[in-house]
Amino acid sequence: MTEDAIVVEGLEKSYGSVRALCGVDFAAPTGSILGLLGPNGAGKTTAVRILATLLEPDAGSARVVGLDVVKQAAELRAQIGLAGQYAAVDENLTGLENIEMVGRLYHLGKEQSRVRATELLERFDLTDAAKRPAKTYSGGMRRRLDLAAALVARPPVLFLDEPTTGLDPRSRIGMWEMIEARVDAGATVLLTTQYLDEADRLADRIVVIDHGRVIAEGTSDELKDQIGGERLEVRLEDPADAEAALAALAEIAEDRPVTEGDIVRAPVRGRPGIIPEAVRRLDDADVGIVDIWLRRPTLDDVFLALTGHAAEEEGEAAPV
Amino acid sequence: MSSLAMTVEDTMVLARRNLMRIPRQPDLLIAYTIQPVMFVLLFVYVFGGAIQTPGFDYVDFLMPGIIVQSIAFGGFVTALGLSEDVQKGLIDRFRSLPMSRAAVLAGRTFSDIVLNCLSLVVLLAVGFLAGFNFIGATFGEVALGIVLLLLLGYAFSWIFALVGLFSSTPETANSIGFTLIFPLTFASSIFVPAETMPDGLRQFAEANPFTTISDAVRSLWLNTPANSDVWMAFVWCFVLIAVFAPLAVSRYRHVTAK
Repeated sequence: MTEDAIVVEGLEKSYGSVRALCGVDFAAPTGSILGLLGPNGAGKTTAVRILATLLEPDAGSARVVGLDVVKQAAELRAQIGLAGQYAAVDENLTGLENIEMVGRLYHLGKEQSRVRATELLERFDLTDAAKRPAKTYSGGMRRRLDLAAALVARPPVLFLDEPTTGLDPRSRIGMWEMIEARVDAGATVLLTTQYLDEADRLADRIVVIDHGRVIAEGTSDELKDQIGGERLEVRLEDPADAEAALAALAEIAEDRPVTEGDIVRAPVRGRPGIIPEAVRRLDDADVGIVDIWLRRPTLDDVFLALTGHAAEEEGEAAPV
Repeated sequence: MSSLAMTVEDTMVLARRNLMRIPRQPDLLIAYTIQPVMFVLLFVYVFGGAIQTPGFDYVDFLMPGIIVQSIAFGGFVTALGLSEDVQKGLIDRFRSLPMSRAAVLAGRTFSDIVLNCLSLVVLLAVGFLAGFNFIGATFGEVALGIVLLLLLGYAFSWIFALVGLFSSTPETANSIGFTLIFPLTFASSIFVPAETMPDGLRQFAEANPFTTISDAVRSLWLNTPANSDVWMAFVWCFVLIAVFAPLAVSRYRHVTAK
């Protein structure tokens, strides 16, 4: 069954004169993770807020589990869970009280809310902190508590707005595992991120948005194929040789090679013998090298190629 | 579940949440007790000697007024709490849940009533210590005065709910409260009789609902001539609730974290 749990068509939203979304389309099949990738101010949070019934779009439509986000908002809210970049927990309540409260507000009943809260705290490794006010929690613990609260009613669709922004690497991996576990249990997840490695690791499909428009869509591999080829990279013994290295590699490169510190990078078509050939040319040009390798493009390369700027660059962000 | 039963249940869940935080945030408790007490002591002993209230000891005149002011500002916790909830993203979470649209605000205003009861007990106790007495008031009149005060507190909770939802930070809520609403309490008969004020200000003070409500409590507790103050005071409270509750709920439906 590959029915789409999330369908977005022609979504538009402006804040005054700032156009946050200018006609966005995407869809996520049931049981998959869709990654919404883009820099700050690209419109990711606006899209999530519309899907989570917090904002009404100016134009276009969105359906989640078949329910219209505007006309059937009240019914839809029972089917979704939201965890945001601000870790929306009540700092004066304990971890247990926080999840219990959200359970009560999903109308699980007193008994069931407590059972679920205890269960989730255990699973999210918060049992020891269950009776402490959330204001004593670390950033990673708050995010886990926030995600646990979003899961209390086992909603079939989860919206996660930058769930790992600001987390240390270990906590990030922990969050990823919890998100994957939900999808294994059949949930559909829409995840926004400005981290390419996160989209690469988690998302079944990626929608790249920039300035409120979808600029590319596909699996991580499809996006990488889209910009084609491979990258030949050389680490120089002496960065002063950069000019000579660029000249030596220009003939075998498909596009102009670039330097970054002591690394020279050339887009090439991967074929047997390309590394020896590159070494020969560099040797002829008297360029000493420390290392040389071929690699597939990363999502970073994709992003740069598509938008002309890096993904994590802090642009003057439009309101999100 | 019917929508009314859902609203009541959700309201109680959230009111409980608001009350649970009180003992955990002692600064709030202090605002509820120490501050009004300071006001009583300041006005009775510092200004009291210089203020003429013919026919009454100043403490008798003052206490109904100062209780009106304290109870009206009791709802300020709602403004602070809501602006914090907006800032922290909790309102986003609540709005994404299948819960009553009125419950977050109703829960706040309901827990304010509980806090106002506490504040009323503290104020009356300090008042009695400073020499305040009910004058010729029946039990029914004292009780009606208390009901009026709690109703006033409830009305102001809705005003402060709106202030909180329009403030992007608790600091903004604070400055709106203290620059717009606080001066209104002074341009009234809360602290001094309106008759002593210069022309212009006097007319303003006489039209000020704080005057109507303070005078209503005085007529109930001190046996002063009631005129139309008592029923007008109730009308004022109901009008404020009828205007501000729908405005606040409508604002809540659209507010999101910045």
